[in-house]
Amino acid sequence: MSGGLRPAMATMSYDEMRDGQGRVRRHYQGFDTWLAGVPADRLDQKRAEADLLFRRVGITFAVYGEEAGSERLIPFDIVPRIITAQEWRKLFRGLRQRVNALNAFLSDIYHEQEILKAGRIPPEHVLCNTQYRPEMQDIEVPEDIYAHIAGIDVVRAGEGEFYVLEDNLRVPSGVSYMLEDRKVMMRLFPELFARYAVEPVEHYPDILLDNLRSVAPPGVREPTVALLTPGANNSAYFEHAFLAQQMGIELVEGQDLLVRDGFVFMRTTRGPKRVHVIYRRIDDDFLDPLAFRPDSMLGVPGLLAAYRAGHVTIANAIGTGVADDKSIYPYVPEMIRFYLEEEPIIDNVPTRILRKSEDLLYTLDHLDELVVKEVHGAGGYGMLVGPKASSAEIERFRTLIKAHPERYIAQPTLALSTCPTFVEEGIAPRHIDLRPFVLSGSDVRIVPGGLTRVALRQGSLVVNSSQGGGTKDTWVLQR
Amino acid sequence: MMLSRTADHLYWMSRYTERAENLARMLEVNTRMGLLLRQDEQLDLAWAATLAMIGQLEGYRARHAMVSADRVIAYLAFDAGNPGSIVSHLHSARENARAVRGTLTSEQWETINSTWLELGGLRREGLSTDELIDFFEWVKFRSHLLRGVTQGTMLRDEGFDFTRIGTFLERADSTARILDVQLRLLAPEGLEAAGSVDYYKYSALLASVSAFEIYRKVYRDRITPDRVAELLILRADMPRSLHRCVNELTTHLAAVANDQSGETIRRAGELHALLLYGRIDLILEEGLHEFLANFLIRIRDLGRRIGQDFLVSSAG
Repeated sequence: MSGGLRPAMATMSYDEMRDGQGRVRRHYQGFDTWLAGVPADRLDQKRAEADLLFRRVGITFAVYGEEAGSERLIPFDIVPRIITAQEWRKLFRGLRQRVNALNAFLSDIYHEQEILKAGRIPPEHVLCNTQYRPEMQDIEVPEDIYAHIAGIDVVRAGEGEFYVLEDNLRVPSGVSYMLEDRKVMMRLFPELFARYAVEPVEHYPDILLDNLRSVAPPGVREPTVALLTPGANNSAYFEHAFLAQQMGIELVEGQDLLVRDGFVFMRTTRGPKRVHVIYRRIDDDFLDPLAFRPDSMLGVPGLLAAYRAGHVTIANAIGTGVADDKSIYPYVPEMIRFYLEEEPIIDNVPTRILRKSEDLLYTLDHLDELVVKEVHGAGGYGMLVGPKASSAEIERFRTLIKAHPERYIAQPTLALSTCPTFVEEGIAPRHIDLRPFVLSGSDVRIVPGGLTRVALRQGSLVVNSSQGGGTKDTWVLQR
Repeated sequence: MMLSRTADHLYWMSRYTERAENLARMLEVNTRMGLLLRQDEQLDLAWAATLAMIGQLEGYRARHAMVSADRVIAYLAFDAGNPGSIVSHLHSARENARAVRGTLTSEQWETINSTWLELGGLRREGLSTDELIDFFEWVKFRSHLLRGVTQGTMLRDEGFDFTRIGTFLERADSTARILDVQLRLLAPEGLEAAGSVDYYKYSALLASVSAFEIYRKVYRDRITPDRVAELLILRADMPRSLHRCVNELTTHLAAVANDQSGETIRRAGELHALLLYGRIDLILEEGLHEFLANFLIRIRDLGRRIGQDFLVSSAG
């Protein structure tokens, strides 16, 4: 899972469970009472049981290459992250609005480019972006949907105050953890679900399959859907296998597919079988060696041609990266106004674009309080967290920024919210984020909640699984 | 209908598991025979013959100057650098399983994965003879367990058929090799010429393919070489006999038949008929070694044809 550093001032944070006076918030009171009544040794035992469950199901991420079979668990925390029904309603509307605007943007960019003509986004940001795919120009895609599955990273800074930190429109991952976290939580603490009316999430694979079938090429009544994985050595392979199994579709690798006469087939024991929709978990660059990276062993020669002919649907579409790039992110609110004629329901983190001279001047003056990110960087690389940086680091960045201001954006350090979490010393607040999964097809659907990631080290803002981040079950209350 | 690649992994998962088991059986019978033999020369001959029979003599010679029991066992059982060792086979079985773990039942995956994890924790050097035999037994039981779990949990679809095809093709190959090498060692002049039978050696051979008790039950008589051959070649009710293996093969091949598999199924049927209507006295008259060599050629041919017909699609 991508993510990176989450900037915040740890001391000022909003806590999901307790208010500023240390009082338990109303929607956590039932949990608090329950927790007080559970003996500590039973909790320890349950936490050990949770570990065992995850290991047995094999929800590990592979650390292959090391001594064969070393696979690590992503730590699971048993304190749920609870979201009230009212908060969720707002989040839902905001996420739907945002993803609708992003899809409208992608459709526009690959057709008339009205938003560029209207001068709302500088054209070079889009057309010179490496994620812009000219091959997609003027292709019609079913339902006009490009980002069928979107993972929108949301953080909370205060009461009712949510921000979108990042849009993930290429191959967002993590949904298997959302599903398994719930399964384990219900198995360990069924009594909690008797106390709380929690919105279910288990139907995610069903609506994902529905969604994928709804975007089959026109005229196909019984579409065959397949999940395309880079293979068993990919770190998200568990999720690929899990989702394919849950949906009852084939898990294919590039070598299992072939293109003949502009149609895509999979190689089966009974000969070639037509495939109509490909849920791909491979980056654009590797999809088709004839069209993109010629050295790709993961893709399918001729796939782009079949796609352009409208004989197969690829989800997400090729070229969605142009809409989730950090250089485009600052313009998403503008997209919402332009395409939907609405005001954004969930805000962006205010972002300064350093190619603009007034933003550049301000940033250079305030480097010690801002977060500076490289536009094309990912996973926390090429990034400065001002309040935590040494003066040498700040000076290094000053030089870098001055040399290429167009490569950077700057954001204020946010006070990311915290949630009580089991750590060695007991239960203590740790920073969290939220990744809801937004499905777009003939309509927009979101299973309530998403994946909550938690930074397990005190004061840390890193929620990445590769850097000691954990996950929590996410509850959206029905009332 | 299933992905050719998935079928391929299932097929090889079970072939490698079976291969590890059979190699453990071969090593076990040689080790037990070693306890019965008085002269080291004879023993070394037996090990050299075993290496040759499974096509590993050259690979072994490239690493070791002399054939000795300790070294051969280390090479065939524990040498991870030897692709034909038990540990390598178990590794290959797990890698194939891992590639299709979404297709396996969770019990299958857990079984094969824990075999691999347990193997990692086992001591591999300085084992005494009884510890070696314990290890061979362990390999056999892990293989039994996987087969049982497969039987007990897997949907009866093509995936199951290809799993079984892998098992029985491998087992047919292995039983034929064990028979060939051991009977030649025990009766170099031919079975009819074998006068006084070394009871203990034949019982070790039978035990190595779990046939000792079955022999007693079926013949209720003393052990004779021709009956040993008959039991392991022609008896359809003997689970590791050539006839039984080919029975299973034809059944599961028929279940997965496709447009291009006609010739393969015919050849499997032909081989089946040979065993179904075969008579042990005629086979011995013809020459047991010639019969088994011919059988092995046909089994290899079937393996190659199954690969072409099902596991690699001819399309594209």
